[in-house]
Amino acid sequence: MTRLRALFAALTLSISLVPASLRADQEGVTTFTLENGMDVVVVEDHRAPVVQHMVWYKAGSADEPVGSSGVAHFLEHLLFKATDTLADGELSSTVAANGGRDNAFTSYDYTAYFQRVATDRLELMMRMESDRMRNIRFTEENVATERRVIIEERNQRTENNPRALFGEQMNAAQYLNHRYGVPIIGWMHEMESLDKEDALGFYNTYYYPNNAILVVSGDVDPEEVKRLAETYYGAIPANPDLPERVRSAEPPQNAERRIIFRDPRVAQEYVSRSYLAPERDPGDQEAAAALTLLAEVLGGGQTSYMTEKLQFEEQKAVWSGAFYRGTSLDDTTFDVVIVPVPGLELEEAEEAMDAVLAQFLIDGVDEEQLDRIKYQLRASQIYQRDNVDGIARRYGAAMAVGLSVQDVQTWPDVLQAVTPEDIMEAARNVFDRDASVTGWLTRPISPEEISQ
Amino acid sequence: MTRLFLILAIAFAAALPARADVEIEEVVSPGGITAWLVREASIPFMAIELRFRGGASLDAPDKRGAINLMSGLLEEGAGDLDARGFARAQESLAASFGYDVSDDALSVSGTFLSENRDEAVELLRKSIIEPSFAPEALERVREQVLTGLRSDAKDPDEIARRTFDAMAFGDHPYATDYAGTIESVTALSRDDMLTAHQAVFARDRLYVGVAGDITPEELGPLLDALLGELPETGAPMPDPAPIMIQGGTTVVEFETPQSVAIFGQRGIAQDDPDYFAAAVLNQVLGAGGFESRLMDEVRKKRGLTYGVYSYLVPQDYAATLQGQVASANESIAEAVSVIRDEWARAADDGITPEELDAAKTYITGAYPLRFDGNGPIARIMVGMQMLGLPIDYIATRNDKVDAVTLEDVSRVADELLEPENLHFVVVGQPVGLESSVAN
Repeated sequence: MTRLRALFAALTLSISLVPASLRADQEGVTTFTLENGMDVVVVEDHRAPVVQHMVWYKAGSADEPVGSSGVAHFLEHLLFKATDTLADGELSSTVAANGGRDNAFTSYDYTAYFQRVATDRLELMMRMESDRMRNIRFTEENVATERRVIIEERNQRTENNPRALFGEQMNAAQYLNHRYGVPIIGWMHEMESLDKEDALGFYNTYYYPNNAILVVSGDVDPEEVKRLAETYYGAIPANPDLPERVRSAEPPQNAERRIIFRDPRVAQEYVSRSYLAPERDPGDQEAAAALTLLAEVLGGGQTSYMTEKLQFEEQKAVWSGAFYRGTSLDDTTFDVVIVPVPGLELEEAEEAMDAVLAQFLIDGVDEEQLDRIKYQLRASQIYQRDNVDGIARRYGAAMAVGLSVQDVQTWPDVLQAVTPEDIMEAARNVFDRDASVTGWLTRPISPEEISQ
Repeated sequence: MTRLFLILAIAFAAALPARADVEIEEVVSPGGITAWLVREASIPFMAIELRFRGGASLDAPDKRGAINLMSGLLEEGAGDLDARGFARAQESLAASFGYDVSDDALSVSGTFLSENRDEAVELLRKSIIEPSFAPEALERVREQVLTGLRSDAKDPDEIARRTFDAMAFGDHPYATDYAGTIESVTALSRDDMLTAHQAVFARDRLYVGVAGDITPEELGPLLDALLGELPETGAPMPDPAPIMIQGGTTVVEFETPQSVAIFGQRGIAQDDPDYFAAAVLNQVLGAGGFESRLMDEVRKKRGLTYGVYSYLVPQDYAATLQGQVASANESIAEAVSVIRDEWARAADDGITPEELDAAKTYITGAYPLRFDGNGPIARIMVGMQMLGLPIDYIATRNDKVDAVTLEDVSRVADELLEPENLHFVVVGQPVGLESSVAN
């Protein structure tokens, strides 16, 4: 009976307007680097005696060795096991016994661990988190049990969800050579063979202070954070052999790809299209900013171009949208989706969506709409001061993909500087069908249809 | 490990922040509307939370889904604005409005900047007081709701939830999904929207929480401008729901690799004197994240699941204790068996002193962490008012948790936990499980 549920929960999961970050020259953000190369970000908010402590490793699923997909995430699970000084599970139980919460998450480009506790527990958190950076001691039994857990996690997130399976196939078709084509949680057949050596290999390559970012937010004094960080993280030697972060790059994409995913569990058919797109690069965020605003103008809400045309005017879509996430180490995607009204075939829905995209290239940007979007982005800088942990996560994610503190701080201004012409140029560049995947999520063909 | 754990828990218990540093003022508008306010002037915006008791349970019996559909139409045209005009106006103000329905309440959440507060309030007022329910908007949103219902019909989690509710709550609205059925939603008319609107929006069931950059002097007139036109009363409240859960297992065949299960039995009301003892018990049993007994036995020791949880569900008209787990079709039977064993063990033996301390320290320590923003604070205050809690409750709440003794928990475990009446609904192709009416 916990029935809070978005109409399109499954679809909106991936919808996230890229929020503007607080200008760091505004109050609250301090950054420095420890002698061993570990970056530190402190975001102050003294309204409540609470602190969030996060460590981000610049190592995610796209950094995994070939053949062991899922090992970054598997290692994330195993980091809750014993160390030289902590028993199996003791870190989490200690956090809980102090009234706090802890967890971790893995993405393509990073793995992050965090605790949220009362301010005076920060030192305890640092002691434990720094301990497991180099001293994890999991057993063969831990590995066997936890492998079952991640397989059940894949069952829950992916195998039981045709939309998730479809998304995996879309990504795999989009990337010809880059690891973003492999799911973060891993392919099932490779997850089943992950072992202790795989996990330790990843750990001993990447879990070092010179490959990590400490992000502390809340009721803290940056000087005190620095003192504690030097004590706990500063004592850990850097890895002089940290590999350079080079992934296999995409070759030129010269062929439009189309996939059809059929599953009897599909209740609502839809068409999804992804285009290969540039990401935010250090000192060079203009193209990503234009794409960020393009996604908003085109499919970001009730007054967006696609919604106006496809839902209100032509009434061919129950829902439509455009998404872009620019915070990525390598080439990302720009996605558009149409969920057709009942009775409209996917082919017709795809044609309607393409006609609207083509018309957009003729019509151009509605400047009043763009002004509204930019005002909302400015307002979000006020609203997000109410949630410093969110600011902390944006710093962590950006720095983990190689962006600098300055890139994070200038991002809001870069967004505000985008012109209608920039957006149209971004649209013309990104809508390249040769670098795209078009996917239909649909139901299996019935025997009668086959025989016809 | 246990000894060290205990030492840490005790050592830090004394240092815990005793309470959240939140000061609530009661504001009564000139027109007589009461709100609880937490002033926080450091950021120039405010959050307001309105909650109308009754929610989707006020649906007329043959109009299931009317209130849900009506709430989806509130921002789809109001006053002189059509759906797109309303959306443009809202975007121009950078305000965010949310409308949410549950079994027990309809919630309206607003967040707006200080610099255009009056305009934002006027726009929010339009959506609450003067929604248009235009025919084209009705058809568009109806189709979105139907799309959601069709998806739910093939979603194992939703199938499990609906099967459980239908089994548990007799002929009460709780027994059916508040979004309605394909048939009921298809049949809803514009008149049904007007009736649903009148049923829900009334002053006699309204609770208001506000947090942010506003003074009591400013808030009074704001409340009257926003809510002064509401009628005094709406539809009568529903009767208490019968709780008809019996032991056993219900298997719903569904072709998917992982079975999902919802389990439950009768629970405990939030105004029951033993509620905190039950909360401590549930924390140990299944609510404690990585630390709970269920998580330890089912996930950590056996690797049978990614997550298993239990939770108290103290709704206005029925209190239940429920839980959920998901495991591959081949292993769900073992997961169910382990959960049943843990249920019986807790009922028979209660919890240990170490578990009591850890749970209390967690529950009291986690409380201040909830007050992390204007929106959450506004929501917490509305929840407190709906439960009839005193305005100084926040300062005393942790004392009530700390007062729970091992004897209290043992007694409540014995009274509350009914292993023989714990029912599992399993959706999937579970190996070794069949429907049965009793254990």
